Amino acid sequence: MKKSIVSILLSFVGIFLVLGLWAAISANVAPDLPSPLRTWEESRLYIMEPWQKRGEMDQGIGLMTAYSLLRVAKGFALALLIGTPLGFLLGSSPLFFRMFDPTIQILRPISPLAWLPLGLILFRQSEPAALFTIALCSMWPTVVNTMQGVRAIPQDYHNVAKVLRLSPWRKFTKIMLPATLPYMFSGYRLSLGIAWLVIVAAEMLTGTPGVGGFLWQEYNSLIYSHILLCILTIGIVGFILNRLMGFAETRLRAA
Amino acid sequence: MSYLNLTNIAKSFGPRSILHNISLSLAEGEFVSIVGASASGKTTLVKIASGLATADSGSVTIAGRAVNGFIEEAGMVFQNYSLLPWLSALENVRLAVEPAFPQWTPKQHTDQAMKYLDMVGLGKAALKTPAQLSGGMRQRVSIARAFAAEPRILFLDEPFGALDALTRATLQQELAQLCRAAGRPVTALMITNSVEEAILLSDRIHALGRGPGATLSPGFTVDLARPRSAGLLMHDAKAVSLRHRLAEFLTTGAVAAPALVKEVA
Repeated sequence: MKKSIVSILLSFVGIFLVLGLWAAISANVAPDLPSPLRTWEESRLYIMEPWQKRGEMDQGIGLMTAYSLLRVAKGFALALLIGTPLGFLLGSSPLFFRMFDPTIQILRPISPLAWLPLGLILFRQSEPAALFTIALCSMWPTVVNTMQGVRAIPQDYHNVAKVLRLSPWRKFTKIMLPATLPYMFSGYRLSLGIAWLVIVAAEMLTGTPGVGGFLWQEYNSLIYSHILLCILTIGIVGFILNRLMGFAETRLRAA
Repeated sequence: MSYLNLTNIAKSFGPRSILHNISLSLAEGEFVSIVGASASGKTTLVKIASGLATADSGSVTIAGRAVNGFIEEAGMVFQNYSLLPWLSALENVRLAVEPAFPQWTPKQHTDQAMKYLDMVGLGKAALKTPAQLSGGMRQRVSIARAFAAEPRILFLDEPFGALDALTRATLQQELAQLCRAAGRPVTALMITNSVEEAILLSDRIHALGRGPGATLSPGFTVDLARPRSAGLLMHDAKAVSLRHRLAEFLTTGAVAAPALVKEVA
């Protein structure tokens, strides 16, 4: 208990040191960078009235975050729906693995910025293009971790399935899925992190309302303090998402 | 008429010959043990006999039919228990009952699983997961799982190998009791590294020589009344002589001369 209080205090010390560094840089090195205080004053309206809608691209930070989160949720769900079965197939069939592993290794490192124009060409609308990009970029950790999870199932469990003469479906639900679940969840957590990274790029390029879209618009309107507001929001939301997934993961492992 | 039949089984892993020219037959209801040192190919042999692995050459039949994969009438107890850690003891046993009796209701499946957990003395621990059970209790669950499907033939791959001596002795007696109480002939093929365990449980014992290219010794009939106690092994002349002959074969690879055996007995 005492230890956790100390670490919370220490993390606040760290935050204040970084804020101090930020203030020092804006005061001495980069005059265009708004100071923490100015950022707070100019962003106050957006933070204190988070659900206020004044215009399409002029909304409280809560609403903006909600739009982005909804978009990420859709793209992430799509990534899981495609990535999980794909991981199971790759993990359980050596033939399938040899056939598709090289392709996956090539597709994996492609940046969201490269996929998005392709999505726009394919769907001709920004929303599906954004979802396409999020799904395509964020599904790989799910695919790879699920695959590794399936491969890590001990031979003993496969023998148990044979000895008990489990049907393929029973084997899947009673052995394969529970044995792979912890790996899958590690993949999900990494995928969600990537989905949240991709959202900013997707919204910037498509100009849709959301944290990323707002950031890009305020850059074009020269309201730099709002860029910092968006950056901080993105960081904090990402942190919370990661914590939530981590929490779910430990609950799962304990069960 | 033999129930399980192995004819001229050979198996190699790459250039390494594991088993060579192994033939063995078990009558229905017979309990046969194969004793051998570790890494002598015992586990490979029981996997081939049960259909979990295939031999390079030779044939396996159970009840006259060629074995091609693990058959319905068979059950198996693994050395490392192989329980599913995310299921309770009851669910682990029930998982084996369902495919064995597909026509039953869920209630009957649960009752059958509980009945066998009770028989191994784990009725009260039915809802615990394997992680909450000791090694001996886990192996009891594993034995209950094998018996609950009411197999006609049972393969036991060093079932007590991972247990301490005391637990081992108790479980040996429980296994013998379960076989007797089954109400039908249960043929069993047990792999073990313990000569004493083989004598306690078996009708006949074969020793598996050292690999590579291990072959089976002739059978040693265990002509001792049941139930057998551990004390019997120490004092009964026939048991002592049998222990000696088996140990002799395991160390030298030759069957001791009968004269010598008599002398010891």
